[in-house]
Amino acid sequence: MIELSGVKKSFGSNHVLRGVDLNVRRGESMVIIGGSGTGKSITIKCVLGLITPDAGKITVDGQDILNQPRDAFLARFGMLFQGGALFDSLPVWQNVAFRLLRGSLARPKDEAREIAIEKLRRVGLKPDVADRLPAELSGGMQKRVGLARAIAADPEIIFFDEPTTGLDPIMSGVINDLIREIVVEMGATAMTITHDMTSVRAIADKVAMLHDGVIQWTGPIGELDQTDDPYVRQFVGGLAEGPIEAVR
Amino acid sequence: MLRLLAGIGAGVLAALAAVGRVVLFALATLRHMLTPPFYVKEYGQAVINIGYFSLPVVGLTALFTGGALALQIYSGGARFNAEAVVPTIVAIGMVRELGPVLGGLMVAARVASSIAAEIGTMKVTEQIDALVTLSTHPMKYLTVPRVLAATLCVPVLVGVGDIIGIMGGYLVGTSRLGFNSNAYLTNTFDFLEFWDVASGLIKGAVFGFLVALMGCYYGMNSGRGAQGVGRATKAAVVAASVLILASNYILTEVFFSA
Repeated sequence: MIELSGVKKSFGSNHVLRGVDLNVRRGESMVIIGGSGTGKSITIKCVLGLITPDAGKITVDGQDILNQPRDAFLARFGMLFQGGALFDSLPVWQNVAFRLLRGSLARPKDEAREIAIEKLRRVGLKPDVADRLPAELSGGMQKRVGLARAIAADPEIIFFDEPTTGLDPIMSGVINDLIREIVVEMGATAMTITHDMTSVRAIADKVAMLHDGVIQWTGPIGELDQTDDPYVRQFVGGLAEGPIEAVR
Repeated sequence: MLRLLAGIGAGVLAALAAVGRVVLFALATLRHMLTPPFYVKEYGQAVINIGYFSLPVVGLTALFTGGALALQIYSGGARFNAEAVVPTIVAIGMVRELGPVLGGLMVAARVASSIAAEIGTMKVTEQIDALVTLSTHPMKYLTVPRVLAATLCVPVLVGVGDIIGIMGGYLVGTSRLGFNSNAYLTNTFDFLEFWDVASGLIKGAVFGFLVALMGCYYGMNSGRGAQGVGRATKAAVVAASVLILASNYILTEVFFSA
């Protein structure tokens, strides 16, 4: 469904992606792991068209992402950002229903609010949260609102950028379970980037390890602990010794 | 020597590139202004933030400036027995120059900074990326309403500032300088021409456009973290202020030379 081939991206002399090849099938939950600064976020931003790659090709359902009408293309996606990226000036329900209040998916305000409250309920938040501002919520609640916004328009493809970063272990578990449930329930294709191994085990069907600008290893979650790949073994085991330099 | 020339060349090229980026940003803003979708609610919000909430600061600036102007012209005019020109010069000075320029500068301080800080913070917290993923163009949603609101609101603020500035001169003239109230008002309006007022309002529209444009441009191009937003805010205010003063000269040259 989503295919990246030879994707390269540099920022000045910093060659972040050096030829990423990755294939995500429909309905699959792909988790990209890798250390901080290895280009995981850049990879999904390239798929969304937020960053234009210097070289390589990205296709969704066989069609080059650059040749598709932007509005219709983006309407197929939902994304949970690392920090939530909620709009400070809007109440929670308008954040969740943002896409439903404007553009091609726009619908009446009352209906959009109802859908927003339903999605909030789906991520475990009570309706009284709907009229609060994002700044009044805890980090875990903000993540849930971000998740509700990502699924508000029932997207086919959902991206999760570091979904558990900054959360306590219990809240991380809650978010991981929610992501897994929602992805299965909606039959969506999911791409998650994380360096939290608990998340990987909870969310992934398939895992890809990004290091040094390329996908070093990819395989089903069941093979993650059996692989001989030295990069994966070092990362999964959290070892200071190995091919990945501890000080980057 | 060669290194010095290379350094100068690199500096000039960088400056020209920066100007080019701003011009392209301005053209993109104008293009998005003319094509749907239009975010009316965001425009209304921008009118309130930029126009309505700037009224106190612009009004106070105009009031004190008008008063000070009356004192200055009286004391300067006394050197050649021309104290009677105070009402006329205060009116012309306010509507042609001080109203638009000081009003523009006050709006630059208040609005360019807040726009740059708001959009810059949105950028560093990935809210701009979130807008894109939600099929909403950031230029249309954030830049166009602010630039349009500032372009339409600042002339109104200048007009209000002109009236308050003239009133400041009137208060000082009648209470401190011994002018007769009726004579002051007659002298004010008899010599004031339509073009004096209109030129000031046109200047206001240009200054409003520049102020919001600089706020949006530097906000959208903000660097990372609190320091990046701080730099963007400072750069927006400096650029807006310098552009106001430079464009004021150019507009004055166009409107009144020869």
